[in-house]
Amino acid sequence: MSTQTVAPAATASVVGPPERARASGGPSPRTLLVTLLVLVVASVVAGLVSGSTTVLTQALVTGLLTGGVYSLVAMGLTLVYGVLHIINFANGAMVALAMYITFAVVDATGMHPYATLLITVPAMFLLGAAMQTTLLNPIMKAPIQTQLLVTIGLALAIENGLLLVFGPNPRSVRLPGGAGVSILGATVDTSRIFAFAGALVLVAVLWIVLQRTPVGTAIRSVAANPEGARLVGIDIRSIYVLTFALGAAAAGAAGTLVAPFTTIEPTAGSVFNLTAFVVVVLGGMGNVPGALVGGLIVGLTEQLGGLILPGQSPLLAVFAVFLVVLFAKPRGIFGRAS
Amino acid sequence: MTVTAPAPAESARSTPVVPPRVVARRSPWLRQYVALAALAAVGIALPFVLPSAELAIAMRVVIFALMGIGWNIMSGFGGMFSFGHAAYFGIGAYVTAVLLVDFGVSPWIGLVAGMAVAAGAGVGISYLALRYKLTGAYYALSTFAFAEMLRLFVVGNDGLRRTVGFTVPVQQGDSWGMFQFRAGSPVYFWIATGMLVAALVVSIQFLRSRTGRFTLAARDDDMAAAAIGIDVLRYKLTTVAISAAITAAAGTLYLQYYMFVDPELAFGASVSNNAIITAVVGGAGTVWGPVVGAVVMAPLSDLVAGFLRNPPEWLSFVTGHGGLDVLVYAVILIACVLLLPQGIYGSIKNRAVRR
Repeated sequence: MSTQTVAPAATASVVGPPERARASGGPSPRTLLVTLLVLVVASVVAGLVSGSTTVLTQALVTGLLTGGVYSLVAMGLTLVYGVLHIINFANGAMVALAMYITFAVVDATGMHPYATLLITVPAMFLLGAAMQTTLLNPIMKAPIQTQLLVTIGLALAIENGLLLVFGPNPRSVRLPGGAGVSILGATVDTSRIFAFAGALVLVAVLWIVLQRTPVGTAIRSVAANPEGARLVGIDIRSIYVLTFALGAAAAGAAGTLVAPFTTIEPTAGSVFNLTAFVVVVLGGMGNVPGALVGGLIVGLTEQLGGLILPGQSPLLAVFAVFLVVLFAKPRGIFGRAS
Repeated sequence: MTVTAPAPAESARSTPVVPPRVVARRSPWLRQYVALAALAAVGIALPFVLPSAELAIAMRVVIFALMGIGWNIMSGFGGMFSFGHAAYFGIGAYVTAVLLVDFGVSPWIGLVAGMAVAAGAGVGISYLALRYKLTGAYYALSTFAFAEMLRLFVVGNDGLRRTVGFTVPVQQGDSWGMFQFRAGSPVYFWIATGMLVAALVVSIQFLRSRTGRFTLAARDDDMAAAAIGIDVLRYKLTTVAISAAITAAAGTLYLQYYMFVDPELAFGASVSNNAIITAVVGGAGTVWGPVVGAVVMAPLSDLVAGFLRNPPEWLSFVTGHGGLDVLVYAVILIACVLLLPQGIYGSIKNRAVRR
């Protein structure tokens, strides 16, 4: 694959040509710096508007931690888009499914919530593999609306399946002994800190798998050029299955890590759908480290936007940033130019 | 040019968004108008035949069909995949609602105003998106974000009643001027049928017009169309405006029939989904596909829900469980999309053409 130097115009991804991906992979220093500068200015403005440093610190800390959650949820989405070029609308529903698995297991066995990762991640991995094999592999060459409708159908099916089995009453999972801690005068849930750490670990794991294993090389080459990958003997269909399974496993990890501080209901995941799309586009679709940075930006934008525009939904600022970024840099802040 | 010749099956593979199909063959338009006359006749007769509960479902079919036709013009004919048609539907409903409730303006004027505002908004957002060359998934997500921003804007705005929504003030008796009739009146359905026929006329004429042909050419090959001197941006924006206006009309109709609208009902993601589902299940890129899709999909969840309320003996264990109706709907949706990639109408038509 090392002779591959030009990415196909339509593919924005991790993934690009392997050597470039290895060299830059994450965000470039310049764009990072600009982004950081914008966020600092926004914080100063927000601080002046609110007139209180405690409020500002609380917003910054909450923003960062929420951002970690967003990137956690967006990780599977960005991986699947990067390789399969499918916008997986069912990602949020898969996260909700993992939350319910965690709830059911904790409820039945009294296991520590985080220990259920040993169940949710493999279970979602298998489920993802099954979905790709039966539903998505046959339509990999179909137009975008076909793929989107299948994933929308999947989302509806999963959410209403959960409603059928667990009923409409919200559930919750409690962390044993977990209370709030204080960071720089801001109070935060310990479970949010664990979710943040989980996001970092997940990025690292996916990064290592993609960059340092033979399977990862195969995935990246399929993403960069499916036809070329097929010619050198890679079984594209299996790579698609593996990638979607990895994406589902990431959604599974996200569901378990998010469960302790979320109201668990069938539509709990679709709340994240919107922000996850924004995160993925900001980070460059298919860019795994980009999703982490994108998530943090969205989390901070939401909190600071809430301070600057009181009374409006904080998500409005997020979408405004989203549209501006789409128009200014259609491949995402950290996406490569086509 | 694929505009006037049936597109060969192979070329369906090469275009990214909506593959060219046998959309615009020359002059089946006379047959189209005969079919349209038949549809109008059925529409006029239905209220005499159907009991009111079924007529309410038929009304939903027409509203879905209007949304599907609107979506289809922009995305099926124009190739610009919209994931945010709720924006135009919601604008139609909300412009009418604000004019009516706060200013006492007739919904007929609201209808026209809503269509104009939606067309303007569509042109504005699409101009930006096309100017900055957003394509495929990125374009789809920008339309999605636009609809979502409108929803959040309404939710955050006191003047637009936040999440409370608008209720149409009730008139005494039937009133043509205020677009309001007693519950279950056949007039609603006749007006809706009129709108549906008008939208289909627009669809058919669009394909026959210069604008339509240039739009199809640009959909199939942007570069080639630009190279032979077609002002691609202009025709695409015209297409978006027509599409948005039709969808907004559906929004006004919805408001006047159900007499209530709130941000979720107007701008929610499920509204956009319904527009896409209707058109794609029926057959995107065909004139009649959205109508067929609406006839199949709009009553589906009602039928399934009704069936599950009084299930046969062997299914009796399902009674009293929520969610099963939508689950079945989702499974049917997935099966439809997987088994009939060209949509129901598209598949039938392709088979007929191949013979």
